[in-house]
Amino acid sequence: MTAQTLYDKLWSSHVVHEEADGTVLLYIDRHLIHEVTSPQAFEGLKLAGRQPWRNSSIVATADHNTPTDHWDEGIKDPISRQQVETLDANIKHFGALAYFPFKDRNQGIVHVVGPEQGATLPGMTVVCGDSHTSTHGAFAALAHGIGTSEVEHVLATQTLVAKKSKSMLVRVDGQLQPGVTAKDIALAIIGKIGTAGGTGYAIEFGGSAIRALSMEGRMTLCNMAIEAGARSGLVAVDQITLDYVKGRPFAPSAEQWEAAVAYWKTLVSDEGAQFDAVVELKAEDIAPQVTWGTSPEMVTDVNGRVPNPAEQADPVKREGYQRALNYMGLAAGTPIQQIGIDKVFIGSCTNSRIEDLREAAAVIKGRKKADSVKLVLVVPGSGNVKAQAEAEGLDKVFTDAGFEWREPGCSMCLAMNADRLEPGERCASTSNRNFEGRQGQGGRTHLVSPAMAAAAAIAGHFVDVRTF
Amino acid sequence: MKAFTTVKGLVCPLDRANVDTDAIIPKQFLKSIKRSGFGPNLFDEWRYLDHGEPGMDNSVRPVNPDFVLNFPRYAGAQVLLARENFGCGSSREHAPWALEDYGFRAVIAPSFADIFFNNCYKNGLLPIVLPADVVDQLFRETEANEGYALTIDLAAQTVTTPSGASFGFDITAHRKHCLLNGLDEIGLTLQHADAIRAYEAKRRAEQPWLYR
Ligand code: SF4
Repeated sequence: MTAQTLYDKLWSSHVVHEEADGTVLLYIDRHLIHEVTSPQAFEGLKLAGRQPWRNSSIVATADHNTPTDHWDEGIKDPISRQQVETLDANIKHFGALAYFPFKDRNQGIVHVVGPEQGATLPGMTVVCGDSHTSTHGAFAALAHGIGTSEVEHVLATQTLVAKKSKSMLVRVDGQLQPGVTAKDIALAIIGKIGTAGGTGYAIEFGGSAIRALSMEGRMTLCNMAIEAGARSGLVAVDQITLDYVKGRPFAPSAEQWEAAVAYWKTLVSDEGAQFDAVVELKAEDIAPQVTWGTSPEMVTDVNGRVPNPAEQADPVKREGYQRALNYMGLAAGTPIQQIGIDKVFIGSCTNSRIEDLREAAAVIKGRKKADSVKLVLVVPGSGNVKAQAEAEGLDKVFTDAGFEWREPGCSMCLAMNADRLEPGERCASTSNRNFEGRQGQGGRTHLVSPAMAAAAAIAGHFVDVRTF
Repeated sequence: MKAFTTVKGLVCPLDRANVDTDAIIPKQFLKSIKRSGFGPNLFDEWRYLDHGEPGMDNSVRPVNPDFVLNFPRYAGAQVLLARENFGCGSSREHAPWALEDYGFRAVIAPSFADIFFNNCYKNGLLPIVLPADVVDQLFRETEANEGYALTIDLAAQTVTTPSGASFGFDITAHRKHCLLNGLDEIGLTLQHADAIRAYEAKRRAEQPWLYR
């Protein structure tokens, strides 16, 4: 038998039917649902008089619209509230394996909640009406975002109409410098291959630096695969994966555990498996990364400068750079460390897990936020992350530094709730997108790691966390 | 779904790369629980000078005269001409819904982001990939000629310019069939219900932990 990639294995084990042109029906094991991209799908199901094919595949939570403070006052925005209540009603009507509604102690960002509950398991296909579903690939699950029509399709048929992607191996070998994190690896990769570099590919992350990452770090990396254009990111199963999954609420029971592990251990790319593309990075070469523009590929290291658009040969790129600098209010040649910030956001499905919060807290211990920084929001990814952080006293570290400690949710990652930037405000953010208006109309986003965000909050501008 | 056969439509050129779905339809409009009505807020932050919120009367908002969609010569455009990596970012299907609701039937670009590309087909909106130099040429011709329209023939898989130049494009047989006939994909898939059930029964036996 020919050597297979992890992606080949996951793909072929889920094909239900294949057509002559290569279009397949792919079976879906886990369907994650949130309030924003599901109402029209449930509505379609109702109109057609259909039922979910297997409602025990569904795990749902409300995260995008939910406020991060004053939970006792409920959701004030009536349109946001209606969307969350619509999800409540749909889950009540159609059923689910688990639902973590607004204010539930297990509620949180869907991509934090799934793994934390053991609802994401190795070998699964996982979909969600959300592009950052790639996160779950950290467990060697084939996971990707889908649109609302596909949400309805999966609800009704438990399958997806799909075509196989090409495969790319991104290999990162060596040892990261202290203070450099999975987020920096992700941004460095995007800086290297561009935001469309992974389009049409499923990316597997491998190499010794990836093997050394915790599950939290691997989730951060796979989360950002979509920012490199790849719908899914993957990391092979190893002991770190198994240790993370064991004992979680929806993980296999004791009698099934051994059988599951035996299978999961096969979820690696075979020796000699062929990839359509290979990209290599050296871990030692990666410095803390900071984006300066309006696309995640507009990134440089913390000791770099804002580039000069005039030096870009390609006219489309040159214009894109110029437009980005205008939007960001930055002059070409400005050293990154001279860029002052107004707000800081530590959170999102990229960087709101316990390890992220520990990294941020370690940087600030005993220090206070700069006076020039108006607001530092720390938003844990889930109720469980919040409880864990509080048990470790991290909340106290944050509030002592003048940071705000909030309730879980997507928050200022996309600013659908009240947490947002005002026009012209500049933010150091641990989220994943620095698009125009992403964190509020006219807001200026710089993507960084949690440690870099925390350090920037203290200094009032970007600083190199390695020497901070 | 609306069937797509042949469209002859005015072209609007959107000359920037990496147009993301946040730009196509900003997040505040995602709070709707409906599938329709997104057209007036397509490219909201570029199209209007004020900050848009759901429920506003868009007809009285100040429009940005410098944004191409607001140029009188492109009113009623059905074909959007775009640059590489169009539709990157979030998976929101509200992006194709907004384009379709505005009146676009096709988007032509050198490349698209995967999820957006896929979402288009579910809504009778045809995403067409043409080589970068051809797209360049179409940009030049569109900007030089007022009233410039392209004819898109899905059955023949061609885009034809007013001067008669014709460019072929690729589409999978499955997608073409669904689009040409305006088919409900769920109905088609359910014709394979037995195969899905058989697959499930086998997996349940092999990996019972997936079915708790
Ligand atoms: S945290 Fe941000 S990127 Fe993640 S699911 Fe929420 S809105 Fe999307």
